[in-house]
Amino acid sequence: MHSLANFIAPLRTDRGGQVFLVLLAIIAIAVPILHLATPDSSALHLSSYSVTLIGKYMCYALLALAADLIWGYCGILSLGHGAFFALGGYAMGMYLMRQIGTRGVYGDPILPDFMVFLNWKELPWFWHGFSMFWFAALMIVLAPSLLAFLFGWFAFRSRVTGVYLSIITQALTYALMLAFFRNDMGFGGNNGFTDFKELLGFDLHKQSTRVALFLCTAIALALGYVICRYIVSSRAGRVIQAVRDAESRARFIGYRVESYKVWLFAFSAALAGIAGALYVPQVGIINPSEFAPINSIEIVIWVAVGGRGTLYGAIAGAVLVNYAKTYLTTELPEVWLYALGALFVFVTIFLPKGAVGLLNRKGAQRA
Amino acid sequence: MNCGLGLGAWARKKSANAFFPPSRKRGRELPIFHYPSFIIKQAYQRVVHPARVALCCCIALLGASSLAHADAHDDFLAAIAQLPAATYTDKNEIVKRLVVLQQPGTKRILQALLEGNLYARTVDGKVFIAKEQATSLQLTDATTQADAGLAESAGFEKIGTNNGLRKTLRGAIAQFDLNNADDDVRLASVKEMLRSMDEETVAILRSHVAKESNRTVKTAINVGLAAADIENTDPAVRVKAAETLGKSLNPDAYNALQALLTKNADGKFTEADDDVRYAATQAVSRINFWRSVYGFLETLFFGMSLGSVLVLSAIGLAITFGVMGVINMAHGELMMLGAYTTYVVQLVMPNHIGASVLVAIPLAFLVSGIVGIAIERGLVRFLYGRPLETLLATFGVSLVLQQIVRDLFSANNRPVETPQWMAGSWQLNEALSITSNRLYIVLFMLIVFAALLWILKRTKLGLNVRAVAQNRAMARAMGVRSEWVDALTFGLGSGIAGVAGVALSQLTNVGPNLGQQYIVDSFMVVVFGGVGNVWGTLIGGMSLGVVNKVLEPYSGAVLAKIFVLVALILFIQRRPRGLFPQKGRAAEQP
Repeated sequence: MHSLANFIAPLRTDRGGQVFLVLLAIIAIAVPILHLATPDSSALHLSSYSVTLIGKYMCYALLALAADLIWGYCGILSLGHGAFFALGGYAMGMYLMRQIGTRGVYGDPILPDFMVFLNWKELPWFWHGFSMFWFAALMIVLAPSLLAFLFGWFAFRSRVTGVYLSIITQALTYALMLAFFRNDMGFGGNNGFTDFKELLGFDLHKQSTRVALFLCTAIALALGYVICRYIVSSRAGRVIQAVRDAESRARFIGYRVESYKVWLFAFSAALAGIAGALYVPQVGIINPSEFAPINSIEIVIWVAVGGRGTLYGAIAGAVLVNYAKTYLTTELPEVWLYALGALFVFVTIFLPKGAVGLLNRKGAQRA
Repeated sequence: MNCGLGLGAWARKKSANAFFPPSRKRGRELPIFHYPSFIIKQAYQRVVHPARVALCCCIALLGASSLAHADAHDDFLAAIAQLPAATYTDKNEIVKRLVVLQQPGTKRILQALLEGNLYARTVDGKVFIAKEQATSLQLTDATTQADAGLAESAGFEKIGTNNGLRKTLRGAIAQFDLNNADDDVRLASVKEMLRSMDEETVAILRSHVAKESNRTVKTAINVGLAAADIENTDPAVRVKAAETLGKSLNPDAYNALQALLTKNADGKFTEADDDVRYAATQAVSRINFWRSVYGFLETLFFGMSLGSVLVLSAIGLAITFGVMGVINMAHGELMMLGAYTTYVVQLVMPNHIGASVLVAIPLAFLVSGIVGIAIERGLVRFLYGRPLETLLATFGVSLVLQQIVRDLFSANNRPVETPQWMAGSWQLNEALSITSNRLYIVLFMLIVFAALLWILKRTKLGLNVRAVAQNRAMARAMGVRSEWVDALTFGLGSGIAGVAGVALSQLTNVGPNLGQQYIVDSFMVVVFGGVGNVWGTLIGGMSLGVVNKVLEPYSGAVLAKIFVLVALILFIQRRPRGLFPQKGRAAEQP
């Protein structure tokens, strides 16, 4: 119980976090009720499209949380976080592909459809084990965090920082995108994975499975938030913020800056991977365009819009920007890129602390 | 560019043509007094000599019978007039006479006769070259080459040919070309003759080769003759032929040699003679060696042209990022604007595609430069010292620019034409040809690079740019208006991006996503070369291009690119400041 108290203690002073967790709890209770318990004709009824949409936003929020953890608190601007998200998604996708079994178009009990199509005779070695959920779940966390660990190990130890780091993270996700587009990689090439059937034996097209997934996402987001909050308010979190503000000084005092950075980076990548894994069964597809550098940059703008270095700001930013995206791309598709571009410019010049910063300032004036 | 010409031949042809326009090629009125002696000599060799050779050749072949006539043209007219009524034997003689006479248009008549397009008017026996169109004929007067309009085909009779005559005709046409003053035509005719070798053509070529002055043509004939000699009964001749074939890079020659080294079903070599086999082995290994040398040169050239594209796209960034320290994510879109400028220029002047690219270069520089200055004044200057924010803001600009282009020109790719003078390729030999547009890209990159270096090192602006980059406060104290310098530097980098866009418009699709494809690459080149160092960018870009192309045959294009990216990521870990890091105080800045 002691350790649990440790986790909850930082939340006592975290007003934004309290508001967020309460809102999340309300949504997590209200959405399933509105979806399942109300008749289709009712004005209060939430369509399954909306449930999926809100679930998607929550995945993005988790991803933004991961990005804010390293950018807002450690000053590492990763332009490759989309890669970790996509890796988690691919790990989940591989599990879901194996679950299709004989229900695929070609009906091969072992090989997924695209391999039959490519005339492959047996499963590549890295596909083994993905028929078991526990293994896939392990990979969802391990694959992104291992990559991040290796990448960070090299990058941080040779003191690649700032803009250089941003550019090579972008190169990383770009290289991965090119790699996953190749058919020979064994990840479905251009088309990626789709046409999933079931997860842990539950039919993915059923209402109840969707709601369960929705709840899982909500819980993951809440847990992610609590853990991130715990990390940043712990002793290590203070060191991390010291690294952000004066890296050399922190090093001279005697902290092993690289270790802090590497572990935080790997944890953030794992978080992104979990977000990706929750995202894939809800949207029903994963393909290499998730690795596109622009996706990673969009993640950063969510954080910037919401306000970096606050955690709840990142979540708010992710939801706001994505809601605007959904609205604009359906209602006024040609305006969306203008709006996003203007948002980048506006936020960086006029709102360096994001929307949360604006609210806080208003609050401070009133007080 | 001229296909199938050796370097020397090309240069000589150029010099000859510069002094003597084609109409005077026959060398009747050489303005001898005005040119230094070596030119006269060259002109004699190039223009007068072949004509003589041609005449001599014909005399030797056919005897001097009809050449005695004072007026060759009358004789020519008479010969044509005899054609319709002649027997096949007579026709043979007439064809041979026509070859000797060397009158203009003869080749066309022979060609028409060979293809069955030569007709005689039944009324007066006048000969026409005709094209069949349903029931009528599109006529051309055979002797004057003048257009004679349409006529009913009923009033005409085709001048017939038989196998023997067609053979004579084919030989005659090739011979006719063999005596042409133009090296290209001779080469083509030799190649035509080599395609169907028989004793007669071998004889003709053997007699011609001694008189041939052009090296390329001579080599082609020698190789052809050697390919014929390889089946000779005398082993000594075969050895010699194998040696000659070994000097050629022609695939046919290679195959002929390989055939000597294969074994029959009963385990014996097709070639019985040991010496010949030895010569053939030597020749094959020689060809293989040269092929791999030229293959390597070709890869190197491809790498250099790819490297040039990389350098072009990165060099503007080397200014904005390297010198000013500003991350401009809209750099790719500035290139895109340059490419679209080319497109618009071509829309404005559709009849002058050749000149349009040259017009587009300064215009693209202006368009992208002005947009760049606008970005700097409106955005970047508020964010100096905050590189990550600059990165995000300029990325926003890039999205807006993309969407503007989409709204103005549609989301589809726009067609940009390649000017005639950039098309084609330059065949150095049978194993190595260089595509002209790649060559131009390399040259263009070098020019842009030199110009940029000149601006940075030799102009007042360049001095100011370097001063502000090294120590802003001190430069300001010395009276440099650093705000102006910032704007102009950014404009310069952006303008060069626009110029790079013009080059890219000739290589890739011009669409709203053009910039995005190059942005990661350009940043990698700058970081690899060393920030703040234009030479580093040049060397970095070139070496990345070459490495990419060297890897490509082993791994495929995409995997090569991935390798290079991963290698770069690892390289930056080892040398975070690039190949050529800045030294001194400037290096201390973030």
